[in-house]
Order: sequence, then C-alpha cells, then structure tokens
Amino acid sequence: MPTAAPVEVIEPETTLDVTADRPWKVIVWNDPINLMSYVTFVIQKLFGYSRDKAHHLMMDVHTKGKAVVSSGPREKAELDVLRLHEHGLWATMEHDE
Amino acid sequence: MSLFDRRPIRRSRNGSYALELGAEERAVLASLPAQMREALAEPDDPALRRLFPPTYSSPLDAGHEEELRRLTHDDLLAGHEEALGVLESTVSAPELTAEQLDGWLRALNSIRLLLGTRLEVTEDDDTDPSASPAHALYHFLGYLQECGIEALTGSW
Repeated sequence: MPTAAPVEVIEPETTLDVTADRPWKVIVWNDPINLMSYVTFVIQKLFGYSRDKAHHLMMDVHTKGKAVVSSGPREKAELDVLRLHEHGLWATMEHDE
Repeated sequence: MSLFDRRPIRRSRNGSYALELGAEERAVLASLPAQMREALAEPDDPALRRLFPPTYSSPLDAGHEEELRRLTHDDLLAGHEEALGVLESTVSAPELTAEQLDGWLRALNSIRLLLGTRLEVTEDDDTDPSASPAHALYHFLGYLQECGIEALTGSW
C-alpha cells in the first residue's frame, strides 16, 4: 500500500539545459613558442602539482597537442584560464564530450 | 665568452638569483619593455593574439567570450604590464629576488610570444639565430628564460 509521500515541488527555475551543471575542462594546447620548461613551470606554479605531474602534463601537451590541467565549475575554470593567459600559455575551457 | 657558454642567471647561496649579463645584453633587455608597451597599445595588431587568446574552445560560447573579454581584458593587460615593469626596474640589478625573477620569466615570455608570432615561428623550424637580428634576439630571450626557469625551479 502506498504511503503518502511528501509532494515534490518542481522549482520553476528547473531547467532542461543539462549542460549547465557539467564541469568544465581547462585545456593547455601545444604551441611552437612556449618553452617546454616554461609550460612545466607554469603548471607547477599555478596548480601546485608535483614536478613529475606537471612534467607529465607538459609532455602530453607537447606530444599529443593538448592536456587537461584542471576542471570544475564555470567560474573556477574561467579563473584558471585567465591565470594561464597571464602566463602566456595557450589555454581554453570546454565541456566533456 | 658567448652567452650560450655560461649561465646568465644562477641561484646564489643566499637564496637570491645572480644576473651575469654584459652591458650590451642589459641594454637590449632595457629597451624591450617600452617596445612591448607600444605594441600593447595597438590592441588590433594580430601579432598580439597569443597575448590575449580566447577563453572558450568552442565558438558556440561566443556570448560568454565577449562578456568575459570585457571583464578580464584590462586585468590581463595589467598583468603583462606589471611583468614588463619588473624587468625594466631591475634590468641593471646584480641579483633578483624569486618574485622579481618570476616577473622576468613572464615578461620574457610575453616578448617571445609577440616576437615569435611576428617571425612566424613554427614547431618544425628551429629558427636559425643567424637569420636576422630578430631571430638572434628570439634565441637570446629563450636561452635567458630557460636559465631563469632552471634557477628558480631548481629547488622546487
């Protein structure tokens, strides 16, 4: 026998846009100007990663053309991209496929 | 002795960073911040595109892109100018603090981004430094930056 469950109210601002809450990925792209050592340095400095992890990400940038260096909500991703741009790295943000 | 036979930036025992640069090298470096500011004053110059890249990968986010550019362009510009100011004010110094060296690395990088874009540097060509004075400068700045990174992160 069903019991009376509390009625779930659908908030009027509930949206069908499921992309809104998905996390953003911050990507560093390969470029012919930035030194490999500089890319490693910036990733280490901005995200506090170990030298090994930063080096690994830089090698992905260098050999695969790009690497995801951080992810999170829109505001955080925008700030990360801005800090990367302040250091001259070629970075953008996008959603997971 | 050529620049490439020595370490122009080295970490000293007291934790600062010694600059071993000749008068000519310092004069070249001293002339760059003003040239960069001149370039930065022409925001439509396509050679600046690497200094002010887009934030979003997809053109579908063009609306956000525009809004963000309005909000952050001045901050980004101020960041580039701050680094150039550090380079300019310490270009004659015998040594740098870690913070100043960080400014040097960012300033050298933005200058290389502009110069490399103008020289149309690609991944394949290793840019012969004897090709032109600008190529020589590009190489010099890259070597200096490399040594600075090594000095700064050697103890990380």
